Amino acid sequence: MKNIILASGNESCGEGAIQSGCRFYAGYPITPQNELTEYMAKRIKEVGGTFIQAESEISSINMVFGASVTGALVMTSSSSPGISLKQEGISYCAGCELPAVIVNMMRGGPGLGNIASAQGDYFQATRGGGHGDYRTITLAPSSVQEMYGLMYDAFYLAVKYRTPVIVLGDSILAQMIEPLEIKKFKSIKIDKEWILDGCKNRKPRIIRSLLLKPDELENLNLRLQGRYREIEKKEIRFEADIKNGTQTLVVSFGTVSRICKAVVEDARKKGINAGWFRPITLWPFPRSFLRKISEKVKKIVVVEMNAGQMLEDIKISVEGRCAIEFYGRMGGNIPDEKQVLRLL
Amino acid sequence: MISWFPKSMKHNVTHYCAGCGHGIITRLICEAIDELNIREKTIGIAPIGCAVLAYNYWNFDTTEAAHGRVPAVAMGIKRVLPDRIVFGCQGDGDLAAIGLAEIIHCANRGENICIFFINNAVYGMTQGQMAPTTLIGQKTATTPDGRNPEDDGYPLKISEMLALLPAVAYIERTSVHNPQNVIKTKKAIKKAFQNQIEKKGFSLVEILSTCPSCWDKTPVESALWLQNELIKTFPLGVLK
Repeated sequence: MKNIILASGNESCGEGAIQSGCRFYAGYPITPQNELTEYMAKRIKEVGGTFIQAESEISSINMVFGASVTGALVMTSSSSPGISLKQEGISYCAGCELPAVIVNMMRGGPGLGNIASAQGDYFQATRGGGHGDYRTITLAPSSVQEMYGLMYDAFYLAVKYRTPVIVLGDSILAQMIEPLEIKKFKSIKIDKEWILDGCKNRKPRIIRSLLLKPDELENLNLRLQGRYREIEKKEIRFEADIKNGTQTLVVSFGTVSRICKAVVEDARKKGINAGWFRPITLWPFPRSFLRKISEKVKKIVVVEMNAGQMLEDIKISVEGRCAIEFYGRMGGNIPDEKQVLRLL
Repeated sequence: MISWFPKSMKHNVTHYCAGCGHGIITRLICEAIDELNIREKTIGIAPIGCAVLAYNYWNFDTTEAAHGRVPAVAMGIKRVLPDRIVFGCQGDGDLAAIGLAEIIHCANRGENICIFFINNAVYGMTQGQMAPTTLIGQKTATTPDGRNPEDDGYPLKISEMLALLPAVAYIERTSVHNPQNVIKTKKAIKKAFQNQIEKKGFSLVEILSTCPSCWDKTPVESALWLQNELIKTFPLGVLK
């Protein structure tokens, strides 16, 4: 019998983390992801893990750093302004090659902004966010069920590539309630060859990112960049509905893609040859697929809840092969279906 | 005279300046770990600041922490591995300025870890700017006319503040400016580790140390200045 419950995106995220094997959570309350912190406070103790409400977002990411050096599956979560505070720690995790999952339920910005839904942290998530040359795998779910499954992917990829992974939701996804099927996942095993647990019967290990000699630091960077190229080759995920003869392709991510999907279905009924595309990995971005598609369609319409951030990745992918139109809303406003339809 | 070299210490030449107390403290920590026979279960955390390369001298598992975040990193390690011995070093800039929130809350939770707080009343690694612990009237790169409380506030007494917290197990302020006090510091470090072994909770040893480079003094003058001036503001002894 299927185990189906009603859950919010926040709860789905928490349960997905627990089922993936997450046993260390440190966080700090911020709307709209408080239900996730509260869920972890209750659930992680039931499975024998550690929950800590830290004194700040900065502390929580550094607690996650510490727990990660021991080889635990670790996670923190926050929303936009809090994620900005975590960026120093995320950069250290990247520099020390530590697996960690960071959930961002985005809200309106810049600054304190508001608590409504927005997608203004796309650049921050996909370009590194903190200092130095690094990338974070960025997964963008669009439903409560997908949030659950992508949490497993997030932990799996974090461990596989020893890198921080961002799960990028938003206020709508965090708060909406949908049916959720609880599925069991395979266990994720961390390679014990690099972890710190005391040097019994082996040589001591050092986990650090400080490399004062330029050649040594360049070598770390080259190793990281090599790993990022491998991720770009192997870990692209997206969803598409493109029929033969599609002339206009609508591209969006996260919750906005649900609006765009409905608009495309509506347009087709009216005889418009429209298609629909949703990147699930925002980094690595599905560039080569979009490049191929851009040779076949006349126009790509990009819809986002920001001023045009994914738009830049699409321009890089398409390289002028077809026309691109952008429609974005900010401040917590949601793209209007009629406006999207007018662009098709 | 028979000399011995701690197993917990690597045979590397340190980067510390002549007359600096860090080298002594690094070795005292290693001696204490050897004597308690905990080398193979210890994880040390190097901070930002003068002890940033401490893992080049420590012969056990080590990691780093961002500026001020040693207690948070230590807490993360200790909660996952409660039977390992976890400690961190922090300077006065690291612990008393940028990391004040982390140290207070870590202590307030009574995390079963040790922090060795090296106080030389100045930012050493960044070459001599004012620290929260800089004395009133003390000249630094950013207080060229001496620290003026009206502009810069008063020296922050971290150990006294932390000793007020109920979950704290042990706080002592020691010094390494002469052999007698080096011996007392070793005892304090060992006691902090022993507390952790016995799961007593949070222990911090504040160690007054010399910085001839940034104090613009010879090593001997530095030791005397510590004894005659620094101790007046930061008296030695067990605070909790």
